[in-house]
Amino acid sequence: MAVCIAVIAKENYPLYIRSIPAEQELKFHYTVHTSLDVVDEKVSAMGKALVDQRELYLGLLYPTEDYKVYGYVTNSKVKFVMVVDSSNTALRDNEIRSMFRKLHNSYTDVMCNPFYNPGDRIHSRAFDNMVTSMMVQVC
Amino acid sequence: MEGLTLSDAEQKYYSDLFSYCDIESTKKVASNGRVVELFRAAQLPNEVVLQIMELCGATRLGYFGRSQFYIALKLVAVAQSGLPLRVESINTVKDLPLPRFGASKNEQESRHTTSYSSDTENQGSYSGVIPPPPGRVQVKKGSVSHDAVQPRTSTDQQESTSPVVSPQQSPPTSPHTWRKHNRHPSGGNNERSLAGPGPFWSPFSEAQTGSSAGDAVWSGHSPPPPQENWVSFADTPPTSTLLAMHPASVQDQTTVRTVASATTANEIRRQSSSYDDPWKITDEQRQYYVNQFKTIQPDLNGFIPGSAAKEFFTKSKLPILELSHIWELSDFDKDGALTLDEFCAAFHLVVARKNGYDLPEKLPESLMPKLIDLEDSADVGDQSGEVGYSGSPAEAPPSKSPSMPSLNQTWPELNQSSEDTAIVHPVPIRMTPSKIHMQEMELKRTGSDHTNPTSPLLVKPSDLSEENKINSSVKFVSGNTVADGYSSSDSFTSDPEQIGNAVTRQRSHSGTSPDNTAPPPPPPRPHPSHSRSSSLDMNRTFPVTTELCPLKSETVHFWLCISRTSKNKLHTGQQQAGVVAHPPAVPPRPQPSQVPGPHVHRPVDAEGLITHTSTSPQQIPEQPNFADFSQFEVFAASNVNEEPDDEAEKHPEVLQVEKSSDPSGSLRVAKTDGRIEEKTAASAPANVGKSTTPLAPPPKPIRRRLKSEDELRPEVDEHSQKTGVLAAVLSSQPSIPRSVGKDKKAIQASIRRNKETNTVLARLNSELQQQLKDVLEERISLEVQLEQLRPFSHL
Repeated sequence: MAVCIAVIAKENYPLYIRSIPAEQELKFHYTVHTSLDVVDEKVSAMGKALVDQRELYLGLLYPTEDYKVYGYVTNSKVKFVMVVDSSNTALRDNEIRSMFRKLHNSYTDVMCNPFYNPGDRIHSRAFDNMVTSMMVQVC
Repeated sequence: MEGLTLSDAEQKYYSDLFSYCDIESTKKVASNGRVVELFRAAQLPNEVVLQIMELCGATRLGYFGRSQFYIALKLVAVAQSGLPLRVESINTVKDLPLPRFGASKNEQESRHTTSYSSDTENQGSYSGVIPPPPGRVQVKKGSVSHDAVQPRTSTDQQESTSPVVSPQQSPPTSPHTWRKHNRHPSGGNNERSLAGPGPFWSPFSEAQTGSSAGDAVWSGHSPPPPQENWVSFADTPPTSTLLAMHPASVQDQTTVRTVASATTANEIRRQSSSYDDPWKITDEQRQYYVNQFKTIQPDLNGFIPGSAAKEFFTKSKLPILELSHIWELSDFDKDGALTLDEFCAAFHLVVARKNGYDLPEKLPESLMPKLIDLEDSADVGDQSGEVGYSGSPAEAPPSKSPSMPSLNQTWPELNQSSEDTAIVHPVPIRMTPSKIHMQEMELKRTGSDHTNPTSPLLVKPSDLSEENKINSSVKFVSGNTVADGYSSSDSFTSDPEQIGNAVTRQRSHSGTSPDNTAPPPPPPRPHPSHSRSSSLDMNRTFPVTTELCPLKSETVHFWLCISRTSKNKLHTGQQQAGVVAHPPAVPPRPQPSQVPGPHVHRPVDAEGLITHTSTSPQQIPEQPNFADFSQFEVFAASNVNEEPDDEAEKHPEVLQVEKSSDPSGSLRVAKTDGRIEEKTAASAPANVGKSTTPLAPPPKPIRRRLKSEDELRPEVDEHSQKTGVLAAVLSSQPSIPRSVGKDKKAIQASIRRNKETNTVLARLNSELQQQLKDVLEERISLEVQLEQLRPFSHL
C-alpha cells in the first residue's frame, strides 16, 4: 500500500528510498524530507528513551490530501518513513504497524550482514524484495 | 562450406551435440561455453580446434550454425583420427569414427569421454587439454548441467590443477587456459573452479589478474557457461587473442587452483552430475568447506563471527555487493554469524559465483542449513529459505536468534530435561552430605575398611546418618522416586562414571565385605503393594543390621551418588522423582540410625524404606536390598518406633515429603525431618512439589507412604514394566528379618539381594534415560518448529 518507503539514517540522510510510481519520486522525496521534521518533533516530545515498540511507531505524521505519511523510529534513531496513498481504503493502524515491523526486521537483517557498512545505502536484495512486496501489495 | 554428408550415426550424434550446445534453441550455436567445452572435450590441441573452427566457417560467421557445427564436429573426428584437417576431408573421409569429446557435458559426450578421460593425460590423440586428473573427464558427465557448478569447477580444477599436478599437463595448459577464459565470461574470475573453492583464495589474486585479462578479451561469450568449463572451446574470434593471454593467465589459474582441489575437483565433477540440483554440494566440496571452516573456527559446532567471515570471503575478490547478497542468502538465522552449514552454503555460493553462476534469489534447498535433523528439516529449510529471502516477515527465520544453531547442540540436554518432566525418574536428592558419602563410599570401595578409623565413613558417621536420613526422605518424595530409585541404582551400577564413584558404587553393592551393606536402600517405596515398589522388594532388602553400617554408608553414599548424578542429568522437572529414587539411604552406619537412611533413599517405596530403615540396625546388612519394599512396610509399621532407626528412616521420608520441614513432631521425626529437610532442600529441588510436608511424624510414614504411593502410581504406570522386573527381582529376595541375630547370613543375603536390585534398577534407569532422551529430542524439534512458525504468526 505504501507508495513510498524510505529509511533515513540517524543523521537524516537516506539509506534507502523507494517509491512507486517512479515519476513521482521527487515529490515523495520531498515529502519524506519534510516529514523528518515532524519525526524529530515527535521524538523529542516523547522525552525519555522509549524502548517500547509502541513508541517506536510514531503514527501518522501528517496527512495531505493525497496521502498520509507514517513514521517509525528505531532505538538507534534510524527512521522509517512510509507514504501511503490516501485513496486506499484507510489502512488500519495495525497494518501500518505490521508493515513497519517487517521493515524493521528486514533492516536488522541487513545490519547483521557483515558486508554491510552501517551508513551505506542499502542494496540488499532481500530488503528490496520485502519492500517491493509491501509496496505492491498496497496498490 | 561444402555440403556435408553424414552417416546416420553421425547425423544423430551431431544433432544431439548441436542440441546440447544450442542452449538458446536458436539453431545457431554461438561460440558459447558449451561449444567451447565441447570442443575442448575433444581433447584436441588448441590450434587444431582453431583450425577446425575456421574451416567450418564459424570464424567467419561468428557463430556456429548447424551446418558449421556439424562440419566442426566432423573435423573434430577427423582430427581425432589423426588426419590432417582439410575442408575436403569432411566428405572424403569415410568411416570416420564419431568425434569423441572428453569432457562429458552431456551424456553423449560422456559416452565418449569416459573412455578418454580419466586418467591419461591425454596423451594419445587427445593430447591435451583435458585435465590430467583422472576424474575430470568422468566428471564431465555430471557436470554437463550447467547448473552443476561443481562439475565445472572440478573440471576446471582438474584442468588447472593438472598443469601443476603433472608435468604432462603443461602442454595442455594453454588449451586449458584458453578454455578457461572462454568459458567464463562471467565477471570476474575465471576461477571456474567451483570444485576447488578453498585453495584458491590466494590464487585468486593471481588468477584474477590473468583471467580477468583473458576474460576481458574474451568476454563476448554467453555468460556463465555452466558447463564444462574446462572444455570451453575458445570462441572463435576472440580465441586467438585470448590464447595469448590465456596461457599466462590460465597457468596462473591452474597453478593456483591446483592446490587442493585437484583431486576434489575430479571427484566433485564426477559426483556432481545432478542436473536437477545444481547447488548440491558434493562430498569433496563439503569436506573442503569444512576444512576451511576449521581454519577459522576449530569447533565445528561453533560460529564464525561476521567479521571473520567477511574477511574470509572478501579474499575471494567478489564484489562486496555480491558477497553481501551471498551472506543474506546463507545466514539462515540472521544472527550475524555462520554455522558450519551456513558457512558451507556461503562458500558454495561464492564458488558458484566465481565460476560464473548467478546467485540465486533464494537459498537453494540443498544449501539450507539443516537446522533440525528430523524429517521436518525440509520444511524448515523451505520456510527458512523463504523467510530469509523475504527478510521481513521472517522475524526470525527459523529463529533468527543464534539459539537456532545452538538448538541442535542443546537438544540432547533439552531432551533430557524434558524427559525428566515426562518420565519419572528418580530425582536425585542432593544431599549436602552426599559428597561426604561419596567419599566414604569411595573409600570403602577402594578397600578402606569401614572399620578404618580414617575411613570417611567412620569419620563422619553423623553425616552419613544424616545423609541416610535425607536420602530416605528423598526417596519418599514422589512416585518418581520409585523409578528413580531403581534407575538410580541401575544407573549407578551400570554407569558408574556418572555418579562419579563408579568404582565405589559398584563395590558398594558387590558386598565385598559384610560391611557393604548393599547399596543404600532404595528410596523408600511408598507402598509395598505399589506396583513399582513391589518390584523392588525393598522391605526385604532393608533389614540391614547395624553391623552393616559401614556398608550402609557406602550404599547410602552410593545412592547419593546416583541421585546426584541423575539429578544433574535430569535437571528439570522430574528431579523430584529422580532425587527421590536416589541413592537409598546413607550407607549403613554403625549407628542404628543409619540403617534407615540408606533405605530411605529408595524412592521406590518410601514407606518401605522407611520401615526398613527403621527396622533396626540389624537391617543394615540388608540395606543393600533397598529394593526390598517390605522394609518400608516394616518401617511404616514401626513408625511409632522411637528407635533412632526410625528416625533415620523417617528422614528419608521427610525428605521425600519435600522440604517439608516438619521438624517438630515425634522425636525422631523431628530430628530426622529437620535433617532431612535441609538435605532435601539442598539436594532436591524437585522434591518440593511432590512430597508433602510430613508434619506429624508418627503419621508421616504412613502419610508419606500414601502420598508416595500416589506419586509413584502414575510413574509406576509408566514404568510398570520396569518395576515389574524389579519387583520380581526384589520379591525374590527374602525379606530381611529385622532380627539382628542373623547378621552374617542376613548381611550376605541382603548383599546379594541388593546387588540384584541394583542391576535391576540400573536397567530401569537406563531405560528411563533413553525415554527421556527421546522425549527431549521431540521437544526440541517441536520447539524449533515453533520458533520457525512464530515469526510468521507475528506479523
